[in-house]
Amino acid sequence: LASVSLITALAVHCVVLLTMTVFSGYFSHSTDFEVHRNWLAITHSLPVSKWYHENTSEWTLDYPPLFAWFEYSLSHVAQHFDKEMLVVQNLIYTSPATILFQRLSVIVTDIVFIYAVKECCRSVREEKGSKDLLGHPFFILAALLLWNFGLLIVDHIHFQYNGFLFGILLLSVARHLQGRHLEGALLFTVLLNLKHIYLYIAPAYGIFLLRSYCFTKDNTDGSVRWSSFSPVRLVALGSIVISVGALSFGPFIAMGQLPQVLSRLFPFKRGLCHAYWAPNVWALYNMVDKALSVLGVRLKLLDVAKLPKASMTGGLVQEFQHSILPSVSPSITLICTLLSIMPAVLSIWCRPRGARGFLRCLVVCALGSFMFGWHVHEKAILMAILPFSILAVESREDAGIFLMLTTTGHYSLFPLLFTAAELPIKVLLMLLFTLYSFTSLKKLFRGSLLNPLETTYLLGLVAVEILCEVVYPLSPWQHTLPFVPLLVTSVYCSLGVSYSFIRLYVSLLRQHGTDKHKQL
Amino acid sequence: MENWSLVSICVLFGLTARWAVSLNSYSGAGKPPMFGDYEAQRHWQEVTYNLPVHEWYFNTTDNNLNYWGLDYPPLTAYHSLLCAHDHGFDFCWVLVADLLIYIPAVVLYSFYLSEGSNKKKVCTVLCILLYPGLILIDYGHFQYNSISLGLALWGVVVLGLGWDVLGSLAFVLSLNYKQMELYHSLPFFCYLLGKCFKQGLAGRGLFLLVKIAVTVLVTFALCWLPFLSDPGQILQVVHRLFPVGRGLFEDKVANTWCSLNVLIKIKTILSTDTQLYFSLTTTLLAILPSSIKLLMKPTLWQFKLALVNSSLAFFLFSFQVHEKSILLPALPVCLLLNDLPLPAIWFLQASTFSMLPLFLKDGLLVPYVVTSLAFLFFSIYLLSAFEHCSEDKLRLGCLRHLPSLIPGSFYFSITAMAGLSFMSVALAPPDQLPDLFPLLVSVFSYLHFLGLLLYFNIVQIAEPLQSVRKNQKKSN
Repeated sequence: LASVSLITALAVHCVVLLTMTVFSGYFSHSTDFEVHRNWLAITHSLPVSKWYHENTSEWTLDYPPLFAWFEYSLSHVAQHFDKEMLVVQNLIYTSPATILFQRLSVIVTDIVFIYAVKECCRSVREEKGSKDLLGHPFFILAALLLWNFGLLIVDHIHFQYNGFLFGILLLSVARHLQGRHLEGALLFTVLLNLKHIYLYIAPAYGIFLLRSYCFTKDNTDGSVRWSSFSPVRLVALGSIVISVGALSFGPFIAMGQLPQVLSRLFPFKRGLCHAYWAPNVWALYNMVDKALSVLGVRLKLLDVAKLPKASMTGGLVQEFQHSILPSVSPSITLICTLLSIMPAVLSIWCRPRGARGFLRCLVVCALGSFMFGWHVHEKAILMAILPFSILAVESREDAGIFLMLTTTGHYSLFPLLFTAAELPIKVLLMLLFTLYSFTSLKKLFRGSLLNPLETTYLLGLVAVEILCEVVYPLSPWQHTLPFVPLLVTSVYCSLGVSYSFIRLYVSLLRQHGTDKHKQL
Repeated sequence: MENWSLVSICVLFGLTARWAVSLNSYSGAGKPPMFGDYEAQRHWQEVTYNLPVHEWYFNTTDNNLNYWGLDYPPLTAYHSLLCAHDHGFDFCWVLVADLLIYIPAVVLYSFYLSEGSNKKKVCTVLCILLYPGLILIDYGHFQYNSISLGLALWGVVVLGLGWDVLGSLAFVLSLNYKQMELYHSLPFFCYLLGKCFKQGLAGRGLFLLVKIAVTVLVTFALCWLPFLSDPGQILQVVHRLFPVGRGLFEDKVANTWCSLNVLIKIKTILSTDTQLYFSLTTTLLAILPSSIKLLMKPTLWQFKLALVNSSLAFFLFSFQVHEKSILLPALPVCLLLNDLPLPAIWFLQASTFSMLPLFLKDGLLVPYVVTSLAFLFFSIYLLSAFEHCSEDKLRLGCLRHLPSLIPGSFYFSITAMAGLSFMSVALAPPDQLPDLFPLLVSVFSYLHFLGLLLYFNIVQIAEPLQSVRKNQKKSN
């Protein structure tokens, strides 16, 4: 039954994927496309020493070296499709062969994702009792992951290799759930060296491995038993991390290019918010600041001339100052992020609840960094949504939070697809995924998962969508204030995401509390 | 999961597939001087919007009939007029038409007129909605077949539920949208006439007959209202609808005459009139058995089979048939997916394959491959096609040894189709035979259609007249 359900979900996934490839006829050109083409060209045509210095194109190499090696190996296949794409000077080169190759490469690397989904499904705990194929948690998890709306549009309509990367993440999580911690650690280190954004969840990994793997036994009350520390395991972990790091960064350290690489990886010149505000705390902060400044001007408390001219609601990525509330610098966001994930990390140190506690902490870290991070892209919400799917099919409360988070998170991705031709596709796919997730989880947990307030909020999303796509373009403000739909979407979604974050934290701390109670 | 959510998911999935195909290049994109069907639709919108009604079908200085002249009945013209008012994204109109007419008919058919568990009905909806031929022609090539086929399907559904007058109304509307629906007209006629006979001509039967006749006449009159004033108008429209001057067949099509032409050049041997009479006679002979059987036993099951047999016979033997007309038999075969899964899937796949040269011309190779694979996978898996291969299930009581050969032949056939598709794309034909691959495709499809015509005829005729089948819905 398990394999059958997986195969069914997989088949639908493949069909949807291949349906997406018909987009190869439609030149849906996103900048990510050019970014990756440029990286293929850089890694193929230039020697290694020039990779992180090259800046003919504005899209410089800003992922860690292992990803550069990945692009290098891809470029060897690419040259059979179209040699011209590998010339660095060919900026914005889009022959049909190039597009076909790029799209196919994403689809092929998705195999990693599919394998990871299979492994996750194996680790799902299920209740007893016969269920039909569609109601099995196994199948629901496979469907929620394979048909994830966010992943589909980000990878296959836009263009990134997230399927591949999230596959590695989920595989690492699955290995931990299965108790194979060394493999999990290896996979995570590889992942870190492929895309350094996963540094955000490194604390969860670090503390979990230190606490649950290096200390082989716990005291009866769950606290640390210092005597059971195993240096062998620590050394094993350390060697894995160091060897992978050496493999990826080694050549650049040897050439003395480490500072240059790091400066490319962490460009803090970009602003607090992305061009379109990710629905996090800073979006709300900006909103409040803007509202206060407008109010202040209206009430004649402030002088218009004294306010900074830079508009943070313009579509450009610039540094800007807040007018009334204190400005936010990168270090402040770092401190906020660390503060937000501290309780979760501490809780798995004090009362580790095995791999599932680690998974919960991982989701909290991902979500916390999304909420408070510097220059967060709205795609980063997927880092929280995908691992959370595993928890969602196992517990009723998690399913409720999941539905809230996933619907708002996915809706916040809508502004990424803004052309008229993409409108039906994104609406149809969103409807498909939302309808499926709601009905399948409702059936699994037998009953309604959301309270009326939450349901009203989610229905409000429909109103926001109609407002932004239909009503606003026909109104006179479309030309004078074109950013308003983006603003509305971002702020509305940040309410939902913040709410889910709080609920998640509450459930984590409540579990921590009940554990403590058990000891007394 | 509850039915409505499963069905919604299937419908959404079908809509997504349709929209994705439409975003591919469309027929005639950037190909002067005639461009393609998309240009035809756009031209009709222009003609109907700007010219008065009595000039729509005439060759005037404003309306050059050689450049995509209007050659469908009045309802298409009115529809173009409607579309002309809102020049939005034209593909939206096809999607809207599908959503309003075709898809509800499919859902209603699956839930009220087909047998099996709820799961089976949802699977039927999905498989019918995934039929590649209709998706590719309507959204890739760009036409509005879903309106005429949808209305015809409404006719079937409504007749199946017992409302004869409404059913005939729906079919007449469908006929007035595209004249190719004449392929389906004989079964409708025989079914309704048979029902009237069954109810006794001296009483309720006669009353029913009169009601239906009146409905048909009134609907025709309403549709043709602007043209009724002048007999010359009516003649001209008919002349545009049935271009008998155009010859036995055009291009490569998977019917008898084109395939026969390979061996004997009948187009040159016989005169046009002889060709006309020849094709007329053979068509009539081919549809006679099925129609008579339907007259004698007007049940829904016989009706569905007769629709298949009649339209397929017309396709194979009629005059001036286009390859797209295979959609007309394909619709009733979709209705048989539940009862005879394997033959239905085989036919539907062959029908899609037969249109391959057209798809290649339109640049629809990738959608063709994807939708065919999806359709095959889902229909074979969800409808358990290979488990229904026994003698009994295939209703082939007389031919005992045939069923064991069928799975093997099916695989061989699909592989051959895949091989031919690959060759059509990858290889260049030899110089002496430039049309080699389209010809191979059409002859191969023709053999399938001929075989399946025989099969469906046997199934329909072999059924005893007075049977008490346990698993058939009550005949109405």
